[in-house]
Amino acid sequence: MMRLDEQTRPDFPILERVVNGHPLTYLDSAASSQKPRTVIEAMARYYERSHANVHRSIHTLGEEATELYETARDRVQRFVGAEHREEIVFTRGTTDGLNLLADAVGHTLRAGDEILITEMEHHSNIIPWQMAARASGAAVRAVPVTAGGTLDLEAFARLLGPRTRVLALTHVSNVLGTINPVADLCRRARAAGALTVVDGAQAVPHMPVDIPLLDCDFYVFSGHKILGPTGIGVLWGRRAVLERLEPTRGGGEMIKEVWLDHAQWNDLPWRFEPGTPPIAEAVGLTAAVEYLEKLGMERVREHGAELTRQAVEALAALPEVIVYGPRTGERGALVSFSVAGLHPHDVAALLDAEGIAVRAGHHCAQPLMRCFGVVGTTRASFSVFNSPGEVTRLATAVTGLSSAL
Amino acid sequence: MTGVAERPPLYGEVIRERWRRPRRRGELADATRVAEDVNPLCGDRVRLMVALDDGHLRAVRFLGDSCAICTASADVVAELVEGRETAAAAALTARDVLDVLQADIRPTRMRCVTLPLTVLGQALAG
Repeated sequence: MMRLDEQTRPDFPILERVVNGHPLTYLDSAASSQKPRTVIEAMARYYERSHANVHRSIHTLGEEATELYETARDRVQRFVGAEHREEIVFTRGTTDGLNLLADAVGHTLRAGDEILITEMEHHSNIIPWQMAARASGAAVRAVPVTAGGTLDLEAFARLLGPRTRVLALTHVSNVLGTINPVADLCRRARAAGALTVVDGAQAVPHMPVDIPLLDCDFYVFSGHKILGPTGIGVLWGRRAVLERLEPTRGGGEMIKEVWLDHAQWNDLPWRFEPGTPPIAEAVGLTAAVEYLEKLGMERVREHGAELTRQAVEALAALPEVIVYGPRTGERGALVSFSVAGLHPHDVAALLDAEGIAVRAGHHCAQPLMRCFGVVGTTRASFSVFNSPGEVTRLATAVTGLSSAL
Repeated sequence: MTGVAERPPLYGEVIRERWRRPRRRGELADATRVAEDVNPLCGDRVRLMVALDDGHLRAVRFLGDSCAICTASADVVAELVEGRETAAAAALTARDVLDVLQADIRPTRMRCVTLPLTVLGQALAG
């Protein structure tokens, strides 16, 4: 069988770009992935042929737009194995979904309650909970990260208690690549009476995710990291839990009937989707999900795992390079590293001069950076279109970099 | 394979030289003003120490955990304002620093240049 990148590369128009005199080597998909032609064309076709507002437009285009928008929900439902279509709420992205949850759940918290997060969370899964805690008098606790880059599970057991009302944790670390045992942790947290929120932003792009198997109450991810457009994300909520959750954002679409002094909320999922939704983005998301399904997520996972194994091995072999994250077992399709004597931004700038796009800095995970005693790291991340040759190019470019400035 | 020697120089010679051998980096034991700030984009941190003496900056030193551009900028800022009257030091602009750095700084990295200036402003404001 053809290697995945050989099959997919022609589908990504942006890969034809030349950057600083070199063919683009895009190793920043964990920040935002590139888009296959089918996604770009689906969105253009929608704007050229079918655009109108959804749900209340009684005309042909309005009906087409509504059907396309709601089809996206069905496609996403199938993609993540959700039992009910009304469990799929469209948001603007992972950050938006986490804020929505922290707002809505935050209203039910009281002084003395505890929100349990982890030290490896993205700021998006820290700040909204800090805000909810400040408003309610609840406290935020964090599960520490071990030197090996995994969650301290003994500490988790100690921190989980009768006061824990929320467990919010990432499925895959955006810095370390660690794949957390979310099903086990969510099961234990739910047994202790907590609501469980999983940040799937770095998991859904790279592995088959069957949400019901994870035993969580909420799961959020972004469209733009799974080959889809920016501006749309998904919040999956267990139906029975979503039913009990009060919406915190009002407007059109989220109501059934309105009086001047009160209103009746709409059914799920529209109750949580006030205003005109990201329609073209939903159309793009459908195309992205269909593209990934056609490749097969198991194959996507194997490809990412293979590139990551190669990158970890090649970079760890360089004496001036430190590689972060678990060294055994599988990890997300990314590798964070630092080069002795060089600031991560300078590493990224030096690599960019050779056409290699990587991420550098704190990766919106400053508490985690402090665990490892660094200001930031450089991160290479992989997608379906990246090749083993590009990983070799990265390792070659990093070689000898510490004397380059 | 691209060897180290073939790598085109990045940032320009002034930045590289000041990154390798900063002239004003270090502690200042008798500092009368100290300020520190971070770049929210990257977490870079610059600490500026100033010994104010009779209305002028007798000595200026910096410490920081920062990239080459930011380090070079802090070094240039410290050097340029040392010996100046307070008002003249406060009037230092990003243009003045860029003139010394002699580098084409991209918009995404301009904050690396201006962070030391922000910290200088904080130090002088007391």
